[in-house]
Amino acid sequence: MQSIIEIKNLTKKYRDAEMYALDDFSLDIIEGEVFGVLGPNGAGKTTLISILCGLLKPTSGSFTIDGLNYHDNAFDIKKIIGVVPQEYALYPTLTARENLQYFGSMYGLKGSDLKEKVSNSLDFLGLLKFADKKIDTFSGGMKRRINLIAGILHEPKVLFLDEPTVGVDVHSKNAIIEYLQQLNKKGTTIIYTSHHLSEAQDFCTHIAIVDRGKIYAKGTPGQLISETENAQNLEDVFISLTGTALRDA
Amino acid sequence: MHKLISSIRKEILLLRRDFGGVIILFVMPLILLIAVTLIQNRDFAKSGHSKIQILLVDNDNGAVSKSVNENLEKSEIFSVVTKIDDQKITEKIAREAVFKGQYQLAIVIPENLSSDLQSKIDQNVEKIIGSLGLTDSLPKTITKKIVGQKNVNLYFDPAVQLSFKDAVMSNIDKMISQIETKSIYTAFEAQLGEEGKGQFEQKSFIAFREINPTVNNKEIKPNSVQHNVPAWTLFAMFFIVIPLSINIVKEKNQGTFIRLRTNPVSYATVLAGKTVTYLIICMIQFYMMVALAVFVFPGLGLPALNVEGNLIMLSIVAFFSAFAAIGYGILVGTIAKTQEQSAPFGSTSVIVLAALGGVWVPVFAMPHFMQVVAQFSPMNWGLNAFYDVFLRHATILDILPEISLLLLFFAITIGLALLYDQKKRSL
Repeated sequence: MQSIIEIKNLTKKYRDAEMYALDDFSLDIIEGEVFGVLGPNGAGKTTLISILCGLLKPTSGSFTIDGLNYHDNAFDIKKIIGVVPQEYALYPTLTARENLQYFGSMYGLKGSDLKEKVSNSLDFLGLLKFADKKIDTFSGGMKRRINLIAGILHEPKVLFLDEPTVGVDVHSKNAIIEYLQQLNKKGTTIIYTSHHLSEAQDFCTHIAIVDRGKIYAKGTPGQLISETENAQNLEDVFISLTGTALRDA
Repeated sequence: MHKLISSIRKEILLLRRDFGGVIILFVMPLILLIAVTLIQNRDFAKSGHSKIQILLVDNDNGAVSKSVNENLEKSEIFSVVTKIDDQKITEKIAREAVFKGQYQLAIVIPENLSSDLQSKIDQNVEKIIGSLGLTDSLPKTITKKIVGQKNVNLYFDPAVQLSFKDAVMSNIDKMISQIETKSIYTAFEAQLGEEGKGQFEQKSFIAFREINPTVNNKEIKPNSVQHNVPAWTLFAMFFIVIPLSINIVKEKNQGTFIRLRTNPVSYATVLAGKTVTYLIICMIQFYMMVALAVFVFPGLGLPALNVEGNLIMLSIVAFFSAFAAIGYGILVGTIAKTQEQSAPFGSTSVIVLAALGGVWVPVFAMPHFMQVVAQFSPMNWGLNAFYDVFLRHATILDILPEISLLLLFFAITIGLALLYDQKKRSL
């Protein structure tokens, strides 16, 4: 089993912040895993993913993706990763096809290969007949699916998903999860954050529960449940580790 | 290259889907150009379409007031009003009407101005002739009346701009001086009796003649169109800052910018896509405005823009000016966080740059400090290059300093945008 992501002593402190968003954070993610990063609001999940995607610079520490150091190989890393941000990162006045063709071309896809990949993905997620409609006419679930396709058209080696099913109905959610599972079977390693603990329990092969910038527990969902006293599911594990205090206040 | 072409295609699609934006980009500059040129066209004003009504309160009823009235009417800019509602205007009525903004100007000629002026001149002429020992020619009827200084009161609407006020005051001053001079000559003639009659040539000895540059023995006479088209074309091109900065801010707020930053594409490529697209737009704007000035202006009673032999050079100036405008728009869009920041800042700063650049007031007429500041406005460089080509028939070497500065401005603004983007990532 080979690590595809190696994170060593990663630290992030935002300017003017009192606490570290990531505090001496180390983690190895094995190739082919569906790795869930779970935690309450402000735990450091989005900061971690943002650093791994190159959107933020860490205060200290290092990481590699597929053996490549980000500092020296940013462009090569960007070619093998896919990112599905939490917000709909799409042009509302462009059609679904125009959006996907544009983002696909940014990964170097072109010509018939690009067109075919766009059509196949739209077809799989039930959106082919809406391919030439503008995004601003789509429902939340449809936008979420297009948002997903835009991040995976180039069949990335590593896929980062930040809350990919937030705000969508059960049908869209199932379609998205099914699509991701197929992608994982083809060899894509998935790093996933979510507040849907039952979804994470079913979907992830490994999970890390993080809070205050640190890892509190790590393992398969089954391991985490069995190692926690009186835990029936991942939610029990989560509450046991992070407490019940509100984090938004 | 493929990524750049895709970026350009995307930018064009985004613009095509924004009808309002396209209207602003292409129609508003044309409206602006027509409106400003019509307003500023002096020939048009002289044709009698837009005479300014001024109130004349004549308490003198003499030669001077008659002369003032005639000269004002002759000026073809003013139309003299001496009665309101069939009633003769008094100073009080005139003052109220002007201060309420119903009229822009009132001239009040005091009582006995003509006779007192004549007395004063006669006394002075008498002194001069007396000192020359020509007292024989003096008529015996002159009485020594003490004549004090006379005031012609001017009332201006408080909303009237200073430049207009200055121009009017200068015209009236000139008119009064001419009347005084004429009266002096007449007095001398009268003092000299039969001998002096017709002795003095009262026509101005010094006359002004404007010599314009010639190209191929053809005189290039500047007109309002040649001044306005470059200035307002440049102004309109710089307004690209607003849609361009909004485009960038929108990308940041939509999240598409975040996605692009995780894609294997440099920010420079993304910006290059925008630069090429907006450069095309700027050039289309430029050619539309030139076409308007060449083909439509004559139909509006304005002189046609003469671009004979200059189109390539003008295109070069427009091309580099567009670069400067785009660079500035990209910088504003990169730094601004919201459209509420980028749009007002973009538009206000373009107006400031235009003012500094000499679009409204020529740089040479500005205070010294502002003349120095104006040297740093890209619109000043663009405008100078346009004027060099339009009115001074400059060569590419002549405009090289200006277009180099415009390109340098683009490079600096893009460099700052890239630096700012880098810095933001390290938050």
